[in-house]
Amino acid sequence: MNLLSNLSSALQIIGHNKVRSFLTMLGIIIGVMAVVVIMSVGAGAQSLILNQVKSLGSNLVGILPGKSDDKGPPASVFGIVVTTLRDEDRAELVNGQFKHIVAASSYVRGIVTATKDSNKTDTNFLGTSAEYPEVEDVTISEGRYFSADEQKDVARVAILGSSVVQSLFPDTDPIGKNIRIKKTNFEIIGVMKPRGQSGFQNQDNQIFVPLSTAQKLLLGIDYVNFMRVKIDSAENVDGTIEDIKSVLRVRHNISNPENDDFSVRSSNQGLAVLTQITNVLRFFLAAIAAISLLVGGLGIMNIMLAAVEERTKEIGLRKAVGATNRQIVMQFLVETVMITFLGGLIGIVVGSVISILVAYIATSYGYNWDLVITPFSIILGCVVSISIGLIFGISPAVRASRLNPIEALRYE
Amino acid sequence: MPLIKIVDLKKDYASEGVVTPVLRGLNFEIQRGEFVAIMGPSGSGKSTLMHILGFLDTLTTGQYFFDGQDVSTLDEDRLAEMRGKNVGFVFQAFNLLPRASSLENVILPLLYVKLSSAERIETGKKYLDSVGLSHRLNNTPGQLSGGEKQRVAIARALINEPEVIFADEPTGNLDSKSGLQVMKLLQGLNDHGHTIILVTHERYTADHAKRVLQIRDGVIVSDKKVDNRQIASENGELKK
Repeated sequence: MNLLSNLSSALQIIGHNKVRSFLTMLGIIIGVMAVVVIMSVGAGAQSLILNQVKSLGSNLVGILPGKSDDKGPPASVFGIVVTTLRDEDRAELVNGQFKHIVAASSYVRGIVTATKDSNKTDTNFLGTSAEYPEVEDVTISEGRYFSADEQKDVARVAILGSSVVQSLFPDTDPIGKNIRIKKTNFEIIGVMKPRGQSGFQNQDNQIFVPLSTAQKLLLGIDYVNFMRVKIDSAENVDGTIEDIKSVLRVRHNISNPENDDFSVRSSNQGLAVLTQITNVLRFFLAAIAAISLLVGGLGIMNIMLAAVEERTKEIGLRKAVGATNRQIVMQFLVETVMITFLGGLIGIVVGSVISILVAYIATSYGYNWDLVITPFSIILGCVVSISIGLIFGISPAVRASRLNPIEALRYE
Repeated sequence: MPLIKIVDLKKDYASEGVVTPVLRGLNFEIQRGEFVAIMGPSGSGKSTLMHILGFLDTLTTGQYFFDGQDVSTLDEDRLAEMRGKNVGFVFQAFNLLPRASSLENVILPLLYVKLSSAERIETGKKYLDSVGLSHRLNNTPGQLSGGEKQRVAIARALINEPEVIFADEPTGNLDSKSGLQVMKLLQGLNDHGHTIILVTHERYTADHAKRVLQIRDGVIVSDKKVDNRQIASENGELKK
């Protein structure tokens, strides 16, 4: 019996045992599909988190109040208010003594209710320096951002995010109009270009006001929440971080770096930490995938074992009409390989389609989600389920082929 | 040269340390073209003898010459080849693949010889036609009557053009009319030169053969020509 007739006879047998073949295949399909989807979702979620950090740019440096070592986050991340950072610190950085610093912005933030006539919206506000658009590479679609003088003079001007415009000015052009925030009138001087979702935060539901205005009129504070510094190129980041640290130590009268009341981080450092964290997530997901593979494998095993009795008689018959042991094992091998291969293939296709769908849906909701289908997941899924199929499909056949034909024929 | 020559054949079954002798020293010869019935009550060893003669089982001691060749020295693969080439089996329980069509069942032995699949199908159709089932090509065994199943099994036994047809209680699961049709087929095959070895416990069925070997408790108790041979007619009626 040559390979071709093996194949066609295997196809016939698969066709004759539709339910069993399908159930066996289903185990493999689910196993492979689960691995592909879970690994892809894990990688996609990781990309979502990392892309958010990367979108800030690799030549951005963040300054947070409060000390931290290199591994853990600074206290401010946990909601502890540290008031050691001031806008004067920023002024020192951009006075021209550091040639690699392109621009720097201070930030304060909070939540307010903004009203325009009868329209009302709850929104985030961000108090920034005038250099904010340069630091973060954002574009004003209408009007302009505020100037350094307006910032200094506590000007009551605001730039609206695109979704705030929709809430407050559904039909009219907002430029030149006033809105009220906390009993103060702000003149709208610009509108931001829509930026979409960044991570879990809608960047378009924000109002931008001068830092001093936000500090004095909206928050009543004199410190800043954080700063971002833009460096001219990525290779100068590390050196500039040291410059920033020494300037801040001088300004804050710190002689021992152990006593720093601030932390300076490049986005690459944050990226490394986040990659570590999300790798744990992916590992966890891979463990779940392994369990689903195991479950699929057990299903295959069950079905294969249940079929042994019937197949043993068939083997006896085939031997009685002249099949050698090798031909019997070969036939089962081809048959099982075909079922498992087909199942694996369907699993890969279905798994990939689901992964693509997940990525498509996530992207259409504005998440920065990469479609990642790793060859590793495909190989893992296929190798495990196909070997389970082979082991449990063939070992009974090998055993049965060793019986003498009459024993196999009589098998009950 | 006899087609089959048995010299002092013994067969024991060992189970849990207890050795049970089944065949205790048989000697006989069967020539080409004979129609031999091996007869005996159940437990006499007649089926075991047939399995050994048909290369399905191995003997414990003694010698078995098939067409002059000592079969007891052959390895597994050679035995498989002998089964495929030289013998055809008809079983009491039909032993058809339940989900395969008549045609697929008939061509099963051809899967193990070099042939194109068109040739296999062609041959299969020819043999199904020869047992009068050309209208049942695509039916599965479940859709066939008992007599039809056994005719499919006979077509399967014939398809490799074997020297000997072994029939183990071929009428045991059939009504008398279908049984007679099967006997008619076997007699016709014998008329065309096939050697037939029939195993049965029924005197009446054995009387369709030309020679009866009686076995009891693993030994041959008589070996006679059939005097009043039964001839099965086309429609299943008796004719002497």
